[in-house]
Amino acid sequence: MADRVYRTEALILRRTDFNEADRLLTLVTPGGKRRVVAKGVRKTTSRLAGHIELFTHSQLLLALGRNLDIVTQSQILERYETLRTELPRLSCGYYAAELYDKVTPEEGEENPLLFRLMVQTFAALDTSTNPTLVLRMFELRLLHAIGYRPNLHRCVASQELLTEEANRFSPALGGMLSPAHTSADRNALPISLNAFKLLRYLQTVGDEKQPYQTIERLNISEGVQREAESVLRAYLRTILERELKTAAFLDSVLRSP
Amino acid sequence: MTLGTNDNGLLVEPVARLIEELSKLPGIGPKTASRLTFYLLRADEEQARQLAAALVDVKEQVSFCKRCFNITVSELCPICTNPNRDQSKICVVEEPLDVLAIERTNRYRGLYHVLHGHLAPLEGIYREDLKINELVARVRTEPVEEVILATNPNTEGQATAYLILKDLAPIGVHVTQPARGLPTGGDLEWADPDTLGSALEGRREL
Repeated sequence: MADRVYRTEALILRRTDFNEADRLLTLVTPGGKRRVVAKGVRKTTSRLAGHIELFTHSQLLLALGRNLDIVTQSQILERYETLRTELPRLSCGYYAAELYDKVTPEEGEENPLLFRLMVQTFAALDTSTNPTLVLRMFELRLLHAIGYRPNLHRCVASQELLTEEANRFSPALGGMLSPAHTSADRNALPISLNAFKLLRYLQTVGDEKQPYQTIERLNISEGVQREAESVLRAYLRTILERELKTAAFLDSVLRSP
Repeated sequence: MTLGTNDNGLLVEPVARLIEELSKLPGIGPKTASRLTFYLLRADEEQARQLAAALVDVKEQVSFCKRCFNITVSELCPICTNPNRDQSKICVVEEPLDVLAIERTNRYRGLYHVLHGHLAPLEGIYREDLKINELVARVRTEPVEEVILATNPNTEGQATAYLILKDLAPIGVHVTQPARGLPTGGDLEWADPDTLGSALEGRREL
């Protein structure tokens, strides 16, 4: 008989109360998305409770359950303390968590790369001086990982190489249109050269190990960042066919006085 | 949860219906629901009637306090109407049950404010779904000197506390949080780093 327990690294993405004192956790693991249950953790005497906090990176020991696997031990590897104590960073975390949750299948197939990306993203949201730019890069990398990489190098209608004249992004076709082919999608969004360059830069720069480091050196105007944000949001909306719940919340936290 | 209710077709309709209703309750699965149903089936009629009456009374008579949103049977809750309570302190909690927990300590004589939940953007619970605006209005109009943010000591509770702090900071009221530390009867080696860390930060002279 196979082992009744197994060990895995995990990022805790979502928690909901369950039964008398249990919690359901949604995890990102190298083996994909998982839903597991942590027993009795809402009691103050629980030894596990402090080790399964939302948005922490942990080493978990899980026991196979009938329906859901059960957390038996947990050791925190990374706590992302700044992220969890600053509301703007925290709302970025919620946004990243929802985005991941929406684009991945319920009981996930194995995807160690996506797991790495999530851990790197939370680490960057914890320390970066520009968490919103981290989110833009995260969106682009996530889109790439799930097979929806927007085409920012060739016109999506004609396949010709794009020049600096390109100024339309088509969410429906999944990329930029060259000036000669803007008629291919009448709903394509206008995009400035600087925002186009920013997206292209964020999509191509950075290595697998430390993708977010390059962001720290960038100095991008607020307007261009907003533009990149609205273009990517429109694209995500087209793919997901709905609005992300956390997007409005993120805006209200970041933009209220 | 309607797991296992498929065999309810074998039961007579009133029994199946009670099982179904009971299994909608939190923490009650189909097995527990059937057990409770068959218990009530055998219990004397008086007991069943009392249960039914209690259910109806709860829904008909109990409402939320207009001031602090604690549960009450009249317009204001007993704590809000008690003149002996310290009117200069408001303790903000997530649920009415938290009020009970704090009352049990016998260490707090101020007022309460129940938010009815915590911030959970992923589950669709935002600022507007909590009684935050009502709290801000109270702090502005009542003679409040201190607001104690006793939300649950976890990420969601903390996020809620920061959100409230952002609203209260401009008013200039004193905002505090209960200390976080080691539970009585606990074991140091099992404490998580967060708790142990804040317990050390909050240490005091013996």
